[in-house]
Amino acid sequence: MVAVNPHIDTLLKTDYQAGFVTDVEADSVAPGLDEGIIRQISRKKQEPDFMLDWRLKAFRHWQTMTVPQWSSVHYPAIDFQSIVYYSAPKSHSDGPASLDEVDPKLLETYEKLGIPLAEQKALAGVAVDAVFDSVSVATTFKDKLAEHGIIFCSFSEAVHNHPDLVRQYLGSVVPYTDNFYASLNAAVFSDGSFVYVPKGVHCPMELSTYFRINALNTGQFERTLIIADEGSYVSYLEGCTAPMRDENQLHAAVVELIAHKDARIKYSTVQNWYPGDEQGQGGIYNFVTKRGICSGANARISWTQVETGSAITWKYPSVILEGDNSVGEFYSVAMTNNFQQADTGTKMIHIGRNTRSSIISKGISARQGQNAYRGLVKVLKSADGARNYTQCDSLLMGDRCGAHTFPYIEVKNNTARVEHEATTSRIGEDQLFYCRQRGLSAEDAVTLIVNGFCKQVLNELPMEFAVEAQKLLGISLEGAIG
Amino acid sequence: MLSIKNLHATVDDTPILNGIDLSVKAGEVHAIMGPNGSGKSTFAHVLAGHDQYRVTRGEMLYNGRDLQAMPPEERARAGIFLAFQYPVEIPGVGNIYFLKAALNAVRKHQGLEELDAMDFIALVREKVEMVRMDESLIYRSVNEGFSGGEKKRNEILQMMVLEPRLAILDETDSGLDIDALRTVADGVNQLRSDTRAFIIVTHYQRLLNYITPDFVHVLGAGRIVRSGGPELALELEERGYEWLNGITAGAA
Repeated sequence: MVAVNPHIDTLLKTDYQAGFVTDVEADSVAPGLDEGIIRQISRKKQEPDFMLDWRLKAFRHWQTMTVPQWSSVHYPAIDFQSIVYYSAPKSHSDGPASLDEVDPKLLETYEKLGIPLAEQKALAGVAVDAVFDSVSVATTFKDKLAEHGIIFCSFSEAVHNHPDLVRQYLGSVVPYTDNFYASLNAAVFSDGSFVYVPKGVHCPMELSTYFRINALNTGQFERTLIIADEGSYVSYLEGCTAPMRDENQLHAAVVELIAHKDARIKYSTVQNWYPGDEQGQGGIYNFVTKRGICSGANARISWTQVETGSAITWKYPSVILEGDNSVGEFYSVAMTNNFQQADTGTKMIHIGRNTRSSIISKGISARQGQNAYRGLVKVLKSADGARNYTQCDSLLMGDRCGAHTFPYIEVKNNTARVEHEATTSRIGEDQLFYCRQRGLSAEDAVTLIVNGFCKQVLNELPMEFAVEAQKLLGISLEGAIG
Repeated sequence: MLSIKNLHATVDDTPILNGIDLSVKAGEVHAIMGPNGSGKSTFAHVLAGHDQYRVTRGEMLYNGRDLQAMPPEERARAGIFLAFQYPVEIPGVGNIYFLKAALNAVRKHQGLEELDAMDFIALVREKVEMVRMDESLIYRSVNEGFSGGEKKRNEILQMMVLEPRLAILDETDSGLDIDALRTVADGVNQLRSDTRAFIIVTHYQRLLNYITPDFVHVLGAGRIVRSGGPELALELEERGYEWLNGITAGAA
């Protein structure tokens, strides 16, 4: 083993900047989960019967399932009866009709996080849906998008205003039987974002959802559904933060993407949930199911994720490549510092002919951080000429962290070409000294080296968010070497 | 500018430097020569502050400041530059971006404003031409996939842009062809001035054909065993380090 730099440790101190709590009156249900709670959630949301039926089916199925044990992450058993499954800011229960009616405290919260919701202040070209605990509190630029026929709204609104679309697509990519946490989500999910881009429309702005967990002992279960009709294009980004608390909180989301013929969906995540403190106390359990389907020919889905937060990250954004010549991409940076654990990767399922997928995964582990890439590349018999390229790079800082790679490859068609490359490196003492000899501080040197390592992935993010992500990588490693 | 007294240093508790005394004034060029393992590179790294090396005795004053109390980046910002024998690669970090970050760190320390993009690129282009480097290299990742000669030119480019007050060249000439060697020498000669000093660490006399030093020091077993003018280098070239073996052994 390479000699350990004693300084690397002292540089790895974190400073979580989104850790404040907003004091708003909340309308919550009692902790625990049974059919009564699910009916209550559905009633609060005044849902049509098909939604309640679906939730109940999911709940009954969930009760037959057991917590998945196959991943490399470790955590004490979650008491699902102690979680509050619905919490909404009270001011919201009457439903604000416009941004002017949104509780100023909530607007202030998002402002503090750098997400101004007032449209005149908002980033030009980015529409935001703000989800606070269990509900969407505001969606910007809705009218402007509507001019193009684009639907961008909270999931609850979609259920009311576009029930046919919801009914057609909900659970079509991630069925309520999919896995333990996806089933739980299907039973209790409270809100999320809904996007529909009509045929041939190139969405003129970035769409984004900003998720904020605020209330104590509350789980966040949101569901995002994005449908890109034939020949359309949409770029969507989500960001996430939570207050610093000693208790672990559960975030079990589901995202479904549907790209029709010639459509393209670009989905980017900058995940900065509270990671827990230096001793590993607190933090979010981020157990998420994300999957997209390229249902038509030449469709394309790209997942880009920068995962710096959460105590535990467990997610595998995947693409089902059904249409001929369709393309799936996965670009990931996962950083684990202190006691954070990440088990993340992707699944690329090749069904159509000449389908292509590429996977670029960058794992960074510092202090006791544990980082696993887990990926499946599956080429079915029908997928003539399928191609996959996978590259997994791991960067280690210090000697108590770990990097693990679990690639699964199943090929049933002998015309397929699958390539896998993996590297593991350590932030070199020599690289650091070189940078410092040129006048950079140790912190800046680490940030520079880490950002360089992640460049291929950061390049895939929309410009404004790439800058944010770079800063975030720097902040998350603050104090890492010195 | 630099005053070193009785400097002792170890690597992993093995003594490498065993009492170096050296005084460098602004405007001077000192060549440090010596056989392999005599402590030349260690000396260069100790001056720059690499923490793999531990100073166990003695003092280093740079313009009156105790170097040992300064971390490497502070030494760099105060004008100490080390041209590395083996420059490292930093994948994904643009060479020009790195150069800009380095220059701005130094300028900030000097209370100067950061150069704007236009002025910076103009400056870099001018220096790139001086060191006869392929311009495309400044848009690639730092040293990644560079040949040995390109890496050394890149070091000299950084030196030309940063304009240090004390430049230490650690065997920059090793493995260079004659053209690259001249480039290195031209770089040093262009920067030579009354306010700047150089310490040129080299195994061979070759580079000193192009850079005439004011002083030549020969290291043996971690201390200076002989000092003289440029003629000492020529004598060494002729007679080899073995000529000094007696002295080295006696000193060790």
